[in-house]
Parts: sequence; structure tokens; C-alpha cells
Amino acid sequence: MNIRMILKILGFLLVIEAACMLPCLLVSLIYKEHDFIAFAITIAVLLTAGVSLYSIRAKNTNLYSRDGVAIVSMGWIIISLSGSLPFILSGAIPSFADAFFECVSGFTTTGSSILREIESLPKGILFWRNFTNWLGGMGVLVLTLAILPRAGATTFQIMKAESPGPNPDKLVPRMAQTAQILYSIYLGMTVVLIVLLIIAGMPVYDSLVHAFGAAGTGGFSSRNLSVGAYNNIFAEVIITVFMFLFGVNFTLYYYALKGNIKSLFKDEEFRFYAGIVIISIILITVNLTGPVYGSIGESLRHASFQVSSVITTTGYSTYDFNLWPTFSKAILVLLMFIGASAGSTGGGIKCIRVLVLLKTVRREMKKVLHPRSVNTVQVSGRNLDDGVMSGVTSYFYAFFLVFVVSILLISLDGKDLITTFTSVVATISNIGPGLGSVGPMGNFAEFSDFSKFVLSFTMLFGRLEIFPMMLLFTPSFWRRANI
Amino acid sequence: MKIIIVGDGKVGYSLAENLSKENHDVTVIDKNPEALRKASEYLDVMCLRGNGVSAKTLIEAGVKEADILIAVTSSDERNMVCCLAGKKLGAAHTIARIRDPEYADDLSILRDELEIDLAINPEQAVAQEIARLLKFPSAIDVEFFARGRVELVEIKATPGMPAINMRLMDVFSRFSPDVLIGAVQRGDDVYIPNGSFVIRENDSLYILGKPASVYNFCRQMGKFNQKIKNIMIVGGGRIAYYLAKTLKYYDMKVKIIEENMDRCLELSELLPEALIIKGDGTDEALLRSENLSDMDAFVSLTGHDEANLLAALLAKQCNVSKVIAKITRISYPLIIKNMGIDSLVDPKVITSNYIVRYVRGLKNIQGNSVENLYRIVGGQAEAIEFTVRTNSMYLNTPLKNLTLADEALVAVIVRNNEVIIPHGDDVIKLGDRIIIITKNRQISDFNEIVLSGGK
Repeated sequence: MNIRMILKILGFLLVIEAACMLPCLLVSLIYKEHDFIAFAITIAVLLTAGVSLYSIRAKNTNLYSRDGVAIVSMGWIIISLSGSLPFILSGAIPSFADAFFECVSGFTTTGSSILREIESLPKGILFWRNFTNWLGGMGVLVLTLAILPRAGATTFQIMKAESPGPNPDKLVPRMAQTAQILYSIYLGMTVVLIVLLIIAGMPVYDSLVHAFGAAGTGGFSSRNLSVGAYNNIFAEVIITVFMFLFGVNFTLYYYALKGNIKSLFKDEEFRFYAGIVIISIILITVNLTGPVYGSIGESLRHASFQVSSVITTTGYSTYDFNLWPTFSKAILVLLMFIGASAGSTGGGIKCIRVLVLLKTVRREMKKVLHPRSVNTVQVSGRNLDDGVMSGVTSYFYAFFLVFVVSILLISLDGKDLITTFTSVVATISNIGPGLGSVGPMGNFAEFSDFSKFVLSFTMLFGRLEIFPMMLLFTPSFWRRANI
Repeated sequence: MKIIIVGDGKVGYSLAENLSKENHDVTVIDKNPEALRKASEYLDVMCLRGNGVSAKTLIEAGVKEADILIAVTSSDERNMVCCLAGKKLGAAHTIARIRDPEYADDLSILRDELEIDLAINPEQAVAQEIARLLKFPSAIDVEFFARGRVELVEIKATPGMPAINMRLMDVFSRFSPDVLIGAVQRGDDVYIPNGSFVIRENDSLYILGKPASVYNFCRQMGKFNQKIKNIMIVGGGRIAYYLAKTLKYYDMKVKIIEENMDRCLELSELLPEALIIKGDGTDEALLRSENLSDMDAFVSLTGHDEANLLAALLAKQCNVSKVIAKITRISYPLIIKNMGIDSLVDPKVITSNYIVRYVRGLKNIQGNSVENLYRIVGGQAEAIEFTVRTNSMYLNTPLKNLTLADEALVAVIVRNNEVIIPHGDDVIKLGDRIIIITKNRQISDFNEIVLSGGK
């Protein structure tokens, strides 16, 4: 492992994190609240540590897959640790376990919270809490790659380990440029969302905070009742649409911007994703009309918001869906597993993987009928090679392995089964709220510190797609001569 | 520049590596995902799986905005069609590898009708390279600058050479003031030496100067004493054919050993002056009976790297003074260098260098002032040739008054067709063409290597 180079990049990462805290410092100064001291101290600490690490001289600048994995997994743990400093120092979240949970939840775009009462917290702290959503959405290391001077050839390993989806692609030949394009699209869409929310009548601060939460598909809110608190139908529709858009593979936007809008609708993953969303909305609307809401319009409003929020793994809510009928809740839980598209800011298993699994199942069925048949699995007209397919299946197994282990560990707390089960689903898929006492109106404060750490790592496992984190816990990964 | 490379084989990969290092945007197309995997893991390039002849794939790779399309698949015909399609679709320049000698005579037609801007024949390029090495037998490597008026020759400081343990400034004042040592390789390290540098045994010296001065200097160093007249070539492939044809003009006699009878007949028809012998080139008895030890040079060009190396070692043991081996797959340059074989030629490297030079040439047209850039000392240093076009305070100042960056050296000044090997009192003027030797730094102007000084 190229330790020097890894430390150097991690140092750069800390400097970037410090830079990202500057807007929060500004917010707390504007609102004249005491938390600016916490930010000032954190920024100073991060800068000192970051600059001294970055000044390490690395003779050998080659990075291989192992180094990429180490940078990503350690990087995420380090930014989460240092990102929780403002929470602790400002006294907003005094306990370390809570602050770490909240920060991991922010960076992994989960949006689960241990806070019972949000609105009384200082504005700067809430701003940082949601800004972590935004940063984590596209990936902090992708941002690093976009800025890092001389991001060389082998930094593709980092992007591969951080970017969601089975087979991340470069948009242009240069890694740094690819990262820059992705971030420009992301930033552009976020700005449009902010402007629209302000036009819809949300206060400026709230628009910013909710736009960050929606863009990163994180789902932190500055209000106890989440988006429902505003009871503003325009804002809800805007957020619904944008959550859906942020759950689409950003590569498609790049091609659309280059004039190839057709490729968006030709993409099988996009069609699958949009299809699931439409069908789920219809089913839930039908199910809700009558028993819960009086009119179809009202049902449609809440159903579409909630479906969009859950499948993109955002986790905003306009209504306590804990109170919905079981059929609707079951659909939402299924959507939690499926998640958004690859290459988006969302989490979950990802549509493309579900699609590939379904296609593999179909192929196996054909094989039963015609044992000698030769079939290739195609997605969007392209053959999938066996590497991708076996990668998808092993991802699926690994996902459920982590899932089962986490459920066992969380069940030690003795909560009811629905709460235990959905708290793990909500964290591993980076959604936020689950059902039961961790539902949209509940929170994770009741859990023991041990469970909070377990869930924090479940979130990291989910965001980094299992393997990078899993390797971190494998002894042979750390051996000098890795055999 | 935006460059598309079709074919991710040995040459394709090496091209992608060199061109992406020079900050070009490279897209590699290949049908084989296995081949692409290596490129996508180790290089900062975009990889695209598909058939490079199909218009759909080319458009997807961005051929419309591409500056250069390079076709280096294994098939000549595919390369031609690829270039043709690429040109029609909008690529500004096209380069194809075309190796079949039957097409060699059609190159001008290819250029005009298919609009292929550069057709490279790797075997011919290798043959030319070997011919160049045979002209300078004691040199390990030879390069030309300033349109052939300046030469860079690599020689080894063998025991007994008069310059050993002398400081460079003394070497020059005692032997020849008209040459310059641009770089020294000692073990794995490369030095850009200054006047107080001391030469040690087994250093590889890179000597720069006018051909005659370099030749004289090498003579004084005890090299180049004997001219090569008789050459034995093992393996009668295309390279051997081109090489024999070239050597004919240098008045050198060639003996070719080839195993395949049909090929022997063919060669004897094509090369009436050469002596063609049917036999196994790795058979020691045969080589000795063909009086290997009386040969001035030995070139092994069979299709097997191992056979080439072993035959070359045998030739070295028989005291052949210049031994050259062709290597295609094995890449352990240090180990092989220690085996004592004088020169190694790698068709992959030669082909890709040739194309890279052409690409640099195209880039220069786009307003960059670098005219030539050679990687020397196994890629660890660069010799950069450019014309000084921008005025600066460092011009017209004696070089001794300027502090240059570490590991950079002004090696040659060409002013109005006059070659100057600069010393402390020389100055650089506007419009001079200069050659700078430096270690792995991207330089495109003189100002960039001057740290301080000037008026």
C-alpha cells in the first residue's frame, strides 16, 4: 500500500472539508449565534492536520485498487469523525456517539436523525448538517478528484470505489474533467431547485437547506415535521420532481446536455426506474383514497411525494406514513431496497442491479426449458459481460450479509421487530426514516450507543456499496504484502 | 488534443500511455474487454468497447471533434477502413499502421485516396532504427536533433576509457570542447551533470554535438575504432528484409539465417546481394560454422524473444563487437541491459515513438513552441527542442550569469544554421533554436527553466 500517497490525499480531503465549513461559519455569523466558535475551531484543526498531511512528499505516486479502496473507506470515516466536531463543540449534540451518527447520516445521505427536537438548534449547525447531505450525494472524493491538482491516471480507482453502481464510466477521457462535469451538473440542478423553492414561497434559508437535502437525496430537514411542516403544495411538487431527477444517472444528463436527449429515454435503467415510480404511485394512491384521504388529489399528492422520497432514498415526508395501510407501507419498504439509479446521488441496491438480477432470473428460466440455449444478458442494447453479472450477484449477497448481521446486532436493544428491521433497511439503503418508532415522525434517539455505532457503519457500508468497508475489516487488507 | 486510438494491443496501449501523459484526451476503442481493462485501470484514458470500424462506435468516441485518429489494430485492412471512416466522419488527421510490404509501394496512393496522413510500417521503422545503430557501432543509442545537424549518442564508460574519474570540465578542455554530456545514467539514477560532475566506470554517457565532433570525441574515448562491414542476421522476417535492403546502401555485407525453406527462397530472390542460409539460428554449431566470431555485428530478429536473447548472448561470447536483439514481449530493460547485449530494439516502442513524434509535430502547429521532444535514458529524461520566440530578460545574457533550474541544461543552440555547443559565455538570442535536456518536466519555453539572473 502506498501509505504516503494515501495520507497525502486524505490531507487534501480534510482541507476541502475545512473549505466546505466556511459557508456554515458565514451562516452562523449572519444569524449572530454562538456556534461560529465551534466552526472556527474545527476549521483551524482541519486545516492544520490537512496541510501537514498534504505536504508529505510521496516519491511513488502510483495508486492501485487497494490504495483506492483504502482512501475511500478511511476517507469517509475521517470526514465523518471530523465533521462531527462542530456538533460536539457547539454543544448541539454533546454525546460523541450521537454526533458521529448524525454526521455519518449526513455524509452518507441517509438523513436518519437522533435529534428529538431540531428547530431549536443553531442555524449554522443545521446548515452544516444539510451541507453534508449535499457533499455526500455526489461524493466527497469525487469533489477531491475534481479539484486535486494533477489527479493522475490511477485516481480512477478512487472514483470506482466511491461512485454508486456496478460499473462507473468516465464521461470524458480525463478523470479530473469527468469529476468536474459531474459536479457542475449537480451544482446547476441544485441552484435551479433553490430558486424554484424560493419562488414557491419558502424562506431563503429553508430553501437552501431543503435543496441540499433533496439534491444529495439525504433528507435532513430544518423542521421537526420535515417538508410537511410548510404545508406548501408547490414546494412539495417541486421537491417531488427534483428528488426524482436526482435519482437518475447523471451520465444521462451529460448526454442530454450534449444534445442527445433520446438517450435518456432509451436507457433501460431509466425506464425501469420511472416505471417503478409510476406504478407505485398509482397503487398507493388507489390504496389510500378512502381510508386515509378523502380525495384522489390529496392521495396522489402524498403518494407521489413519498414514493419519490423513498425510492431515491431521500427520506423527506409530508405525512406520517406509519399510519398508512399495510399494503402501502409494504410497497414503500420494497422501494427502500430497490433504491435509485446507478451514478445518481441516491442509495439502495440500485435499479440497474435489480434489473440485471431479474434478467438473470429470466435467463435461468429459459435455460430450464431449453437446457442447451445460449443467451446473453443485454441492458440498453449492450451485452453485459460475466464480470458485471457476477459482481451484481455477489453484491446482492454481500448486501444481505451485512443486513442480517446488523439486524442481529440491533435486535440486542430489544425493540419491536418492525422497528429493528426497518431501522437497518433505512440506514443500509441510506433512506432515513423507517417504520415503527423510527418512522417519519420518530427518530433514532432511543437506541443504545452500541446500536448507534452499528447503524453508523451500516450507513457507511450502504453508501460505499459494501465492499470497500468490508475490506477495511479484513486483516489481510492491511498486511504489507497482501496475499 | 482529442485523440482516438483504435486497437488496444501492445502499440495501442503504449501510445495511450505516452499520449495521455502529454495531456492529450485519449479514447481507446477495442473489441476485447480484457485488453481494455488494463488501460482503464492504469491510464487516465476513456475506454470504449466496440468495433472501431463501425461508424456508431466512432461517433460515440467523439470522432467528430477528434484531432487525430490512430488505427493500430492487427489488420492492415481494418486500419485503412477505420481511417477512411474516421476522416469522413470528421477526424482532422488519421494515422494507420500498415505492415504488409505489398502495400508499402502504395503508400502514396493511400495518402491521397484514403487521406491517411501517416502510414507507419513498424517493421520498416525497426529496420531503419537498427541500420542507424549499425552505423554507430559503439553507441548504445543514437538520436538526431535539429534536422540531423545535432546528434545524441549514448556510450558506456568502459574500463580503460581516458575520461574515467575526471571532472567534466577537465574532460572537455583536454579532449574536445565541441561536445557536451547531456545526461549520465548510473545504475537506476539519472543525472543532468554540471562541470564538476565526475565520470565513473560503467556510467552511460549521453553525448551531444555535431556528428563529426561526437565521432571524434568517441574515437578519443576509444570507441568507433572499427567500421562494421559484415553482419549476421538471424531470422528472415520482414525486418530482416528491410534491414538488408537498407544496409546495401551502406556498403555492408549481410548474411541471413532462416529456418523456413520457402522464406529462404523468397529472400534469395528479393535480396540477390545477401547470403541466405537455411538453418536454425539458435543452433550454436551452425552459428560457429558460419564463422560468427568473425562478424562485426550480429542481429537476432526471430519471433521468439528468448531465442533472440540467447543467440545474442552467444554472439557476445564470440566477441562480436556489436550485438542487437529484438524484444517484443519481455520488458525487463535493466536485467537485459546487464546481460551485455549492446542494443535492444522493441518494435512496439519504436512504432509508438514514431507516432508520438508525429502527434507532437501536429501539436506544434497548434501554437505550441516545442518542436521536438525526445524521451531519452529510458524515458527518465527529455530533450526538448524549440525556437525561442518570446522575448524575456534572460535573453542576451551570458549563460554563466543565469541560474538554471536543477536538472536542466541548455545543450545546443542553433543560430542561422550554425550549431553552437554553449559554454558559460554564450548567450541565447531571440529566434534561436535551442535544445534543453531536463528530467521529466513539461517545458515549452526557455523562461521556465531559469530561476534567477539576467539584467
